[in-house]
Amino acid sequence: MDLEYTPQEQAFRAEVRDWLTAHLTDAHRELADDLTGGGEAADQLRVEWERTLGAAGWIGLSWPKKYGGREASLVEQMIFGEEYALACAPLRPPFGEQLLGPTLIAFGTDEQRSRFLAPILRGEVFWCQGFSEPEAGSDLASVRTRAVLEGDHWVIDGQKVWTSQAQTAQWIFVLARTNPDVPKHRGLSFLLVPLAQPGVEVRPIQQITGTAEFNEVYFSGARTNADLVVGGVDNGWRVTMGTLGFERGTAFLSQQVRWEREFTELLAEAQRRGRHEDPGIRQRLADAYCGLQIIKYTGFRTISGMLPGGMPGPEASIGKLFWSQWHQRFGQLEMDILGDDALVVDGGYELSQFQQTFLFSRADTIYAGSSEVQRGIVGERVLGLPKEPSA
Amino acid sequence: MRFTLTDEQRELAAIVRAFLADKSPASAVRNQMATSQGYDPIVWTQLATQLNLTGLAVPEEYGGAGFGYVELGLVFEEFGRSLTCAPFFSSIALGAEVLLRCPDESVKKELLPGIAAGTSRATLAVLERPSGWDKGAIALPAVRSGAGWTLSGEKRYVLDGHTADLVLVAARGEDGVGIFAVEAGASGLTTRYVETLDQTRKQAHLSFAETPARLIAAPGEGWPIITRALQTAAIMLAAEQVGGAARALEMSTDYAQIRHQFGRPIGSFQAIKHKCADMLTEIESGRSAAYYGMWALDSADADVATAASLAKSFCSDMFMHVAADNIQIHGGIGFTWEHPAHLYFKRAKADETLLGSASYHRELLAHKLGL
Repeated sequence: MDLEYTPQEQAFRAEVRDWLTAHLTDAHRELADDLTGGGEAADQLRVEWERTLGAAGWIGLSWPKKYGGREASLVEQMIFGEEYALACAPLRPPFGEQLLGPTLIAFGTDEQRSRFLAPILRGEVFWCQGFSEPEAGSDLASVRTRAVLEGDHWVIDGQKVWTSQAQTAQWIFVLARTNPDVPKHRGLSFLLVPLAQPGVEVRPIQQITGTAEFNEVYFSGARTNADLVVGGVDNGWRVTMGTLGFERGTAFLSQQVRWEREFTELLAEAQRRGRHEDPGIRQRLADAYCGLQIIKYTGFRTISGMLPGGMPGPEASIGKLFWSQWHQRFGQLEMDILGDDALVVDGGYELSQFQQTFLFSRADTIYAGSSEVQRGIVGERVLGLPKEPSA
Repeated sequence: MRFTLTDEQRELAAIVRAFLADKSPASAVRNQMATSQGYDPIVWTQLATQLNLTGLAVPEEYGGAGFGYVELGLVFEEFGRSLTCAPFFSSIALGAEVLLRCPDESVKKELLPGIAAGTSRATLAVLERPSGWDKGAIALPAVRSGAGWTLSGEKRYVLDGHTADLVLVAARGEDGVGIFAVEAGASGLTTRYVETLDQTRKQAHLSFAETPARLIAAPGEGWPIITRALQTAAIMLAAEQVGGAARALEMSTDYAQIRHQFGRPIGSFQAIKHKCADMLTEIESGRSAAYYGMWALDSADADVATAASLAKSFCSDMFMHVAADNIQIHGGIGFTWEHPAHLYFKRAKADETLLGSASYHRELLAHKLGL
C-alpha cells in the first residue's frame, strides 16, 4: 500500500499544472462547474478551449499512441483529472474522448478510426450519446428506434431521450434496432449519425432545476452512410456494453475535487450564518467530510485494482452507489444550512450552487445505471446471489 | 500510488485467517465467552510464539518483528472476523501503543519485550465514567510517595483489566495527566470482573487504594501519548469492525442462497439482494477508511487524528447496520442464541461504544474542520 506518487508522476503533475496556469483565464474558471450555461459567449469559450486542449495534446490521454493518444497510465489520467479540477478548468463533456474514441479503437473499422478519431483529438468535433429511450431506460436492450438499410444508407426512425450535449454536438452515436425478428439483444446496431440533417430534431427537456441540460432527439427518416455501423450489423449490444465499460474509472477524482471545493464553501457558509454551532449540523458536516474522503480512497482502490489500461469491474458499482447517495445527502445538508434562505430563488428561477446540487443530485442515482440496477449488479456479480427468475 | 495490499500482506492475512479458523472456531468462541478469563492461554501462547502476532508491529529493538500498521491492521481484521476471544486488542492496540510512545527508553526496553513475546499482557485504564474519553474526564489522583507514586480511586470498563499483568493508568497529578503502570496483584488494587453484553471481549472495574505505581509519563506529559495510542487503537478497531461486518455479510449471502421461500432462494428477491448490496457498499466504504488509517499510521506526515476519527465513526455505524441487517436477513433463526448473528450484533454495539461513539468522533472531526 503506497499512496505516494513517483518522481515521474510528480513531474507529470507539474507539467499539467504549469500548462493549466499558463492557459486558463478567469472566464474559463467561471465554467468549472458548468457544462452548458452562460449563453453563446460561454459556448464559444468552451469550443475554443477544447481546441486549445487538443492542440496541446491533452485530449486522448488514455488512448494508444498508435491512434494519436498519450498512452498515459491510470495514475497519470487521475492526476490530470485532479489538477484540471483543482485549477477550475472548464467542465468537459465525455462523449467523444471518453466513450466514442475508445469504442472506435476497440470495435471500429480502419476507415472509421481515420475519419473520426483525429477530429476528437483536436477538440473540433463534438459527439453525443443516443442510448436511452422513453421505453428503454434500465432495460436498454428494449430500444425501439429502428434503422433500415436502403441502398447505401441507413434510414432511422425513433426517439432518444436524456441526450446531453445534443445542441452543441455535430454527431450522435445511436443504438438502433436493425433486426426485429431476433431476441432483443441480438438485433441491435451501433450507428454513427450526423445531427445536422432534416430528419433529426433536438428538443430540450426542462428538468426539475428549470434548466435544460438534456434533450430529446427525434429521428424521422434520418440518414447515415451504410458503412457507419460500428462493430458489425446486429452486433450493437456488445459494442454498447464496451462503450459503457469505458466510462472512466479515473474520473472520480476530478469530481471529488469539485465537491471538496463545494464542501469548503459550505463550511464557510455555515460559519458565516452561525449554523456551525448547531450540534446536528456539526455532526452532518463531519459525516459529509467522511463520505467525501471515502469517495477518494475507494476511487484509489478501484484504480489500483485495475490492470494498466484495464476497465473497472463490477466493483465500480459499489463506488457509484456510495457517491451518488452521498451527493444527495450533501445537497440536503446544504439546504438545511441555508434554512429559509434555501427556499428563495433569484428572479427567473436562477438557482444558487447549493440549490442546484440539492435538485440536480436526484439524477445521480438514476443516470449511468440507476441505484437499483447497480444493486442488482453487486448482488449478482459480486456477491453471487441468484438471478431474479425471468417472468 | 497503489492503494492495494502487497502479495506478502495478503499472505499474512490468509495465514492468520487459517490459524484463527483452526484455533478459534465458533465452538471455541462459545467456550471462551462463557468464562470470566475470556481466553485460552494455550491459543494465546501459540499466536504469540508460532505466528509472533503479539510482536508483529513492535520494533525489533524492543523484541518485536518491526512490521507496520498495515500488517497489524490486517491481523485485527481477522480477529474481528473470527471474534477470537483474547486480550489481543487490550495488550497490543492499547498497552503496547502507550509504552511505545513513552519518553523513558529504559521503561520501553524493560516492558515491551514481554508484551511482544506474549508472556506479559498489558491494558490501558482511561474511563472513570461512561464516554469519558476526553482529558477533562481524568480525575483519578496520582500522589508522590517517597521516591515513587501511589494511585487512589476507580477506573471502569477496563478491557481485560482482571487478567492483565500490567495496567497502564491515566491519572492526574498536579501538572496534569500522567501515565502510571500498576502490576497485577499490587497492594490496594482490587479488580472486579463485570459481565458484558458482548461476551467476547471482557471488562473489569479497578479500584486503587494508595496503590504503588510506576511513573511511565509524568503528569502533564501523559495525555498526548494516550491520545495517540487511542487514535492508533481506533484505527485497529475500525479494521476489526470491517472484518466482523464482512463475516456477517458472508453469513447473510450464504443463507440467502440456501433458504427457500415461495419456491425460490430468498437471495433472488430484490428485497434481500439489494440489502446485501447495500451492506457490501457500506463495508467496502468502511474498508477504504480503515485501510487509509492503517496507511496513515505508517506514513511520516499523514494526519492520524483525522484518519482515526474518520475510520472509527464510519466503521462504527457501518458494522452496526450490517450486523443488524444480518439478523434481519436470517429471520427467526437470527434471533436465537444458537446462531452466531447475535455475537456480531453485540460486538458491533460494544465496538461502537469503545474508544468513543461515532458521534463523539464526528464532533472531534467537526472541531478539526475548524467548526
